[in-house]
Amino acid sequence: MKFAVVVFPGSNCDHDAYHAVRHVCGQDAEFVWHKETSLGGADVVILPGGFSHGDYLRTGAIARFSPIMNTVRDFAEAGKPVIGICNGFQILMECGLLPGAMLRNRDLQFHCEYVGIRVEHTDTPFTRRAVEGQVLRVPIAHGEGNYHAAPDVIADLEATRRVIFRYVTAGGDVTDEANPNGSINNIAGICNERRNVVGLMPHPERAVELVTGSTDGRVVFESVIRQ
Amino acid sequence: MKARVFVTLKPSVFDPQGHTIVEALHSLGHAKVSDVRQGKYFELDLDVGSASEAEALATEVSQSVLANPVIESFRLEIDDSGAEAKADRS
Repeated sequence: MKFAVVVFPGSNCDHDAYHAVRHVCGQDAEFVWHKETSLGGADVVILPGGFSHGDYLRTGAIARFSPIMNTVRDFAEAGKPVIGICNGFQILMECGLLPGAMLRNRDLQFHCEYVGIRVEHTDTPFTRRAVEGQVLRVPIAHGEGNYHAAPDVIADLEATRRVIFRYVTAGGDVTDEANPNGSINNIAGICNERRNVVGLMPHPERAVELVTGSTDGRVVFESVIRQ
Repeated sequence: MKARVFVTLKPSVFDPQGHTIVEALHSLGHAKVSDVRQGKYFELDLDVGSASEAEALATEVSQSVLANPVIESFRLEIDDSGAEAKADRS
């Protein structure tokens, strides 16, 4: 299986994502510069974390105008799997492939720490090898991860089972203490209506080897590889 | 022709920065400042012939790029060298 890891000016988790799928999961992978218009025949697209275009204007606001994003949009609309991690999630929201927007974390602090996220639904390409209710221990690293959408959008996301990851305690409980940034309903990740586009703020690609403290993130990549 | 664009979070959206600022002002004794909303300010230089053209163009770029309609609203001021037209958009 071939992964395309899109690289924007200011991406800084592109190599982590490449390492996770190439060296840890043993798949084919290629970096794709944002000025390109071809994804090189990839089966899966990863929009990695970082600070594309310096987070100027808003997080992800400039990256959505990159030439590659037209191709990513066509790829997503063809039903193929796309995952946006952290800044990649913010880009997916700015370009309208996922609903909502990120506000500054409610305490205004940049949070760089391990959190627990619960897998809410396993019928997406990136969670199908997980178990519903499984708690993953993965790191977050963001200043703007406070998920916001209008009440009717939140209600629709919940009703259509599109909240895919939620911040929880180690025991799997949704509490305010387990919410690192103030996200509505402890939302850490969502998917689109067709369920092939997933965005999440935590970094599964940084939790694929014991040396970095957790391997819980591997299931996200193994899900899309081992169909 | 100039356009000034003021982008702020919608009233229904909690503003963590504004909230922190108003708390700091209260701790300094400015109890009469009851709320603060932080926003962004843009100045656009526009090569257009009329105020209405300027307003249309500034509205378009504000809606599509400068503000994110999910969380933000914006207000425009068109400055055609002295005579100033104001328009509210949210």
